[in-house]
Amino acid sequence: MDVLARTWAWLGTGANWAGEGGAWHRLGEHLYVSGVAMALACAVALPVALYLGHVGRGGALAVNLANAGRAVPVFAVLALFMVTPLRSAGYVPTIIALVLFAVPPLLTNAYVGMREVDRAVVEAARGMGMSGGQLFVRVELPLAYPMVMTGLRSAAVQVVATATIAAMVGQGGLGRIITAGFNTYDTPQVVAGALLVAVLALLVEAVLVAVDRLFSPLRKTV
Amino acid sequence: MAGQDCLVTNDWICGEYLRSRSQELIDATVQHVGITGASVAIGLVVSFPLALLARSRPRFAGPVLGLTTVLYTIPSLAMFSLLLPFFGLSAALVVTGLVLYSLTILVRNTVAGLEAVPAEAREAARGMGYGPARLLWEVELPLALPALMAGLRIATVSTVALTTVGSIVGRGGLGNLIEDALPSFFKAQVLTASVLCVLLAVAADLLLLGAQRLLTPWTRIRDAGTRGAH
Repeated sequence: MDVLARTWAWLGTGANWAGEGGAWHRLGEHLYVSGVAMALACAVALPVALYLGHVGRGGALAVNLANAGRAVPVFAVLALFMVTPLRSAGYVPTIIALVLFAVPPLLTNAYVGMREVDRAVVEAARGMGMSGGQLFVRVELPLAYPMVMTGLRSAAVQVVATATIAAMVGQGGLGRIITAGFNTYDTPQVVAGALLVAVLALLVEAVLVAVDRLFSPLRKTV
Repeated sequence: MAGQDCLVTNDWICGEYLRSRSQELIDATVQHVGITGASVAIGLVVSFPLALLARSRPRFAGPVLGLTTVLYTIPSLAMFSLLLPFFGLSAALVVTGLVLYSLTILVRNTVAGLEAVPAEAREAARGMGYGPARLLWEVELPLALPALMAGLRIATVSTVALTTVGSIVGRGGLGNLIEDALPSFFKAQVLTASVLCVLLAVAADLLLLGAQRLLTPWTRIRDAGTRGAH
């Protein structure tokens, strides 16, 4: 197919990768925005979810928050920021929108993971005289780890994929390659941009799966 | 002229905007509902046989679930762009993209729902001489309905939100209004369209919840029963 051949040609052209608007620069912006957003979302969501899971309260809140999050279009959130003075704050609006988007899956998965830890195991650990803190670090956290990582992975992939929308409000990232192609009716460039984002999302997923395997506290027993 | 002040001062909430642009708002909402409805309906029709296939032929289950998951990792903006060579700048482009997204959630939930049907119920129906088709329609499907409806609700709500991105090709319903308002920083239009989007998602969710209650009256009887037993 002609478009695929021309897309390949676009990707193979060095000039498309170099410079301020080049693919490498856009890739850097994309990774920076997604990375900062993920780090902030984890810093906000994980402590709260793990604590709520430990004390066993607030589950309905976490689930409802996640469901409500799906109803809010990221594009609308970003657009709302762009008509406030925040628009001149560089990547701040994009990062806030992405954090709002990443918190619900992180929160729900971490909370559910903590709650699904076998109660009998928790009781046994308590019976052995473990304090709340020891129980949390040695029993609940390792057992909840797979669910926490699942949440982290889906949040990361969604954030990388969604960061493209920043381009629709004139911000940087790989989405800019797509919107620039749209504006000049350059279909191969649009497809090339889309491919780059999809590959990046799959790469992030693969890296996180590898990290998950390497650091899983249960890897010796499974 | 007093009513037009809020348009001049570019307020967030503006009654005059709602009044003078009501037709525009209605048109965008209708387009939004149409695109979302068509996408979810087609998604349901496509996902059902896929879920049945994944269940009856375990060899297909991995590829079917894997493929729909990969589709989910493609960004919405990229998805619409990747489909561009096939559909051009049309509503079919947006609908196809949204259908592909809904498949992940719908197939997963349908498979999970069908697998959760108790084996005894299946055995009992088989013992009563139910064939495979009748077993599916009269026993398995009703029992899988709560899981299926849960998936349908999630898919619908996220499709309402994702439809806005369709504004890249001018078929984004309320997203079009948001995009149009951005260059001039027209606050009232951005806020009104965004709020309408969220209201639309909430309304669709409640509607489906109501439908689920109507379709599965036995779950409420069972809930009442367990509550009475405590």
